[in-house]
Amino acid sequence: MDLPVATPVAPSLATSSPWLLEVEDLHVHFVTSSGVVRAVEGISYKVKAGEVVALVGESGCGKSVSSLAIMRLLAKPAGRVVGGRILFEGRNLLELPDEQMREIRGRDISMIFQEPMTSLNPVLTIGFQITEPLLIHLGMTMEAARRRAVELLKMVGLPDPARRLDQYTPQFSGGMRQRVMIAIGLACNPKLIIADEPTTALDVTIQAQILKLMKDLSRDLNIALVVITHNLGVVARYADRVNVMYAARMAEQGSATDVFASPMHPYTTGLLRSVPRLDQPRGRRLETIEGLPPNLLEAPPGCRFAPRCPARQDACIRVLPELELVAPHRYSACIRARELARVGPTGLGLQSATFERPQPKALTRGEPLLDVQGLKTYFDVSSGLKRHAVVRAVDGLSFDIQRGETVGLVGESGCGKTTVGRTLLRLENATAGKIMFDGKDVTAISGDTLKSYRRQIQVIFQDPYSSLNPRMTIGQIIAEPMLVYKLQPNRAAAKAKAAELLTQVGLFEYMIERYPHELSGGQRQRVGIARALAMKPSFIVCDEPVSALDVSIQAQIINLLEDLQQKFGLTYLFIAHDLAVVRHISDRVVVMYLGKVMEIADRDALYADPLHPYTQALLDAVPVPDPALEVSRRYKVLSGEVPSPLNPPRGCVFHTRCPLADDECKMNIPELREVRPRHYAACIKL
Amino acid sequence: MLRYTFNRLLMMIPTLLGVAILVFFLLRLMPGDPVAMMLMGDGGANVPPHVLVEERARLGLDKPMYVQFLKWFGGVMQGDFGYSMWTGKSVIYEIGIRLELSMQVAVMATILAILLALPLGTLSAIYKDTWIDHSIRMFSIAGLAVPSFWLGMIIILLLLSNFAWIPPLTFTPFFEDPWLNLSQLIWPAIAVGYRYSSVATRMMRSSILEVMQEDYIRTARAKGVYERLVIARHAMRNAMLPVVTVIGLEFAFLIGGLVVTEQVFNLNGIGKLFVQAVARGDYTLIQGLVLLVAVFFVLINFFIDLLYGLLDPRIRYR
Repeated sequence: MDLPVATPVAPSLATSSPWLLEVEDLHVHFVTSSGVVRAVEGISYKVKAGEVVALVGESGCGKSVSSLAIMRLLAKPAGRVVGGRILFEGRNLLELPDEQMREIRGRDISMIFQEPMTSLNPVLTIGFQITEPLLIHLGMTMEAARRRAVELLKMVGLPDPARRLDQYTPQFSGGMRQRVMIAIGLACNPKLIIADEPTTALDVTIQAQILKLMKDLSRDLNIALVVITHNLGVVARYADRVNVMYAARMAEQGSATDVFASPMHPYTTGLLRSVPRLDQPRGRRLETIEGLPPNLLEAPPGCRFAPRCPARQDACIRVLPELELVAPHRYSACIRARELARVGPTGLGLQSATFERPQPKALTRGEPLLDVQGLKTYFDVSSGLKRHAVVRAVDGLSFDIQRGETVGLVGESGCGKTTVGRTLLRLENATAGKIMFDGKDVTAISGDTLKSYRRQIQVIFQDPYSSLNPRMTIGQIIAEPMLVYKLQPNRAAAKAKAAELLTQVGLFEYMIERYPHELSGGQRQRVGIARALAMKPSFIVCDEPVSALDVSIQAQIINLLEDLQQKFGLTYLFIAHDLAVVRHISDRVVVMYLGKVMEIADRDALYADPLHPYTQALLDAVPVPDPALEVSRRYKVLSGEVPSPLNPPRGCVFHTRCPLADDECKMNIPELREVRPRHYAACIKL
Repeated sequence: MLRYTFNRLLMMIPTLLGVAILVFFLLRLMPGDPVAMMLMGDGGANVPPHVLVEERARLGLDKPMYVQFLKWFGGVMQGDFGYSMWTGKSVIYEIGIRLELSMQVAVMATILAILLALPLGTLSAIYKDTWIDHSIRMFSIAGLAVPSFWLGMIIILLLLSNFAWIPPLTFTPFFEDPWLNLSQLIWPAIAVGYRYSSVATRMMRSSILEVMQEDYIRTARAKGVYERLVIARHAMRNAMLPVVTVIGLEFAFLIGGLVVTEQVFNLNGIGKLFVQAVARGDYTLIQGLVLLVAVFFVLINFFIDLLYGLLDPRIRYR
């Protein structure tokens, strides 16, 4: 039988361009019930074969949408490309028939998504999901495809790949699932991989592993990578070139080294300034970008960033600046870009000229407000196969917090840090140990004593999207606890107080009648803070209060928390996984791993001179937003996964991943001891 | 998985015990004296009081209630459900001769519902807001709105007026003469299955719509999987989970729940037996029937859970 002749694609033309991917003047609209959202407006960028290009920006800036447009996977029928071209090897993807586009997807271009927990099909085996593109695109036989799948899993560093093929995703951790996603992406040897926030949902040590893996693979296999991220550290560790997006438009383009060394758009400057960094001394306050990104339903006429820009001029508000060549290989969409390059960010007033050292807090070392002694919180779990198991979520934790102090609690997921917070709040009951609050034992109180304790200790939750009741107005949400605890005589008084609290957390009184869905993430988190403040607490447990927020908003919230602490003399337990944020806000830091404390020290001592190998590895794993530094940095990537808390390793819980571990560590459970004055670590090797 | 199965089976015991106790004592709260009803009909005949007393003694109704219960329940534990107070035949026999018919109608209606619901629900979701979706939704809303017995009557009328034929009136077991058997039972199965499929179609539609928003569907598309395989492999299997629940519960309802439809097609099934037993105050028969239906519900729930485990590895490895 004669094979049909393939449709000609003018190969001579296709190979002449040095670019693998060219996005030209892309416009994407979303049709919603409230109007047309211009999600992407005139984005252009190019990618060479084998190169790593980053697309940076905050949520809603259009970075993910533009990449879904490349794959032609925009949500139908709401999302549509209304203008521009996307050339891949010279072919305009937007004009290809559906069937040809499908052939390109997964074979020439693959995509890795943000959420490893939901991006794999739970009812199909891993093997099926990896072999599927091989069978479809390359016409492999089942055996050949399975052999290739084993090879791929080996390549992405998954132990025991042959057995893994017949397993399902619930048996995989987040990091392992992301490895599987990468294996699927690599399956057909694509020329381009688009990775949409590939490490955002992962722990730092796992993030470091995945970043290294992707970088090595793209170099070894000569695959071009488009990395979409909000994390500037990730960009610095990865990317050859950077595209900074803001509110559906391109703000700045250039090589990673150039952009980080001398940003040519005030937004880039702002982004770089507002990230707390491990490689620089801690300033008194985080510099923030004030305000919120514009609503893309009705964007302002001038520069999108103008309303938040400290260097704005009249012209900025009137004219929409185009992306222009402002220096060799540098593009910026700011009319003052050249000026900015000449006088630097300080010259334009984008950053304060003087560096303010943080004032040391005058903490009285007397009776601590909170004193936790040998706290243990265990959970019973009964599962189908194992009849009875105990999770030692918190296993012997002792620390204290002085009045007005902020203690940071860091660790990777599953280390028990959230359980600590919940136990302190008495949402969980302690299995053993003692919690002393203000000199009184609150471990087992109940009834009225518990109620009065709960008034004094409040909580701010991680997810501002799900922790506010969607059917209550902001006013009702804030007023409710005051009425329950009878802190205000009546509804009117509570409402007035709620309005006052709103202004204290940087919101407006009129928002009292709004519903949570009408506010942005940062605003909702402020509501959460106002609700906590309503009780006039002395102690607040902040459980990952900024991890769901964008960088520029994150800085605003951290500053707010610091201001409130000063104003009301609050004491914080700040639970987070982001070491840089913890460093910025904390006076003392507790590092946890699998329910155990690894290290406790004053902030400066801990970050300048971490003693425990786990703390060292954690700090090593965090990418720093400075490409020059990242290149020279010799970071050790911690191998392996966090073991299951159901079955923690014997001896030191960290020995399975520890570079220093030997047989002794498998036998002895290390005690937390004072290695240096006020610096405690639990490691026998010190 | 084995342990899980065993635990689930163990959990059925208290449920069934509760049902047995409830039905036994509630029945005795019902007004009316079964013996009087049996001997005097609608209060017409005049029966001497000593006959009533003797009859009560024969049936054991003169004993204290807990004795009656223990006696009955002891029997049930040994597989003896007692004798119908009206016909004098064993409860097992009375149910047995009708169960085959009722089961067959239920199974056929279920098959019909699945065959209709899975493709229709999926099509409706994929072509959301097009004429295909609108027609399918009209069809399924009609199925919900039209009572099964009415549809049954219409079917009989059409058969009669167009083919001058009515389905056979007596039950022939399937393995004796499948053709004759089907020509009787296919019509009630359609009448019942239509409504049943409508419930499942709507469930399938909303379930597919939800699943199509999932990240793993986007992943499948990004892999370049053919769209029809995206739907058939990646979406439908996930979407079937809630539909399985609906189908299972409806199935259990069909055993003994087809009171009116059985009347229309003149079928001698469990539903009809139920009505008769209640009308006659036939305590032992009612107790047997209720227990039977309860066992069905519990068993089917159990099978749904097992099926869930098979369909969804998340449950297996939790």
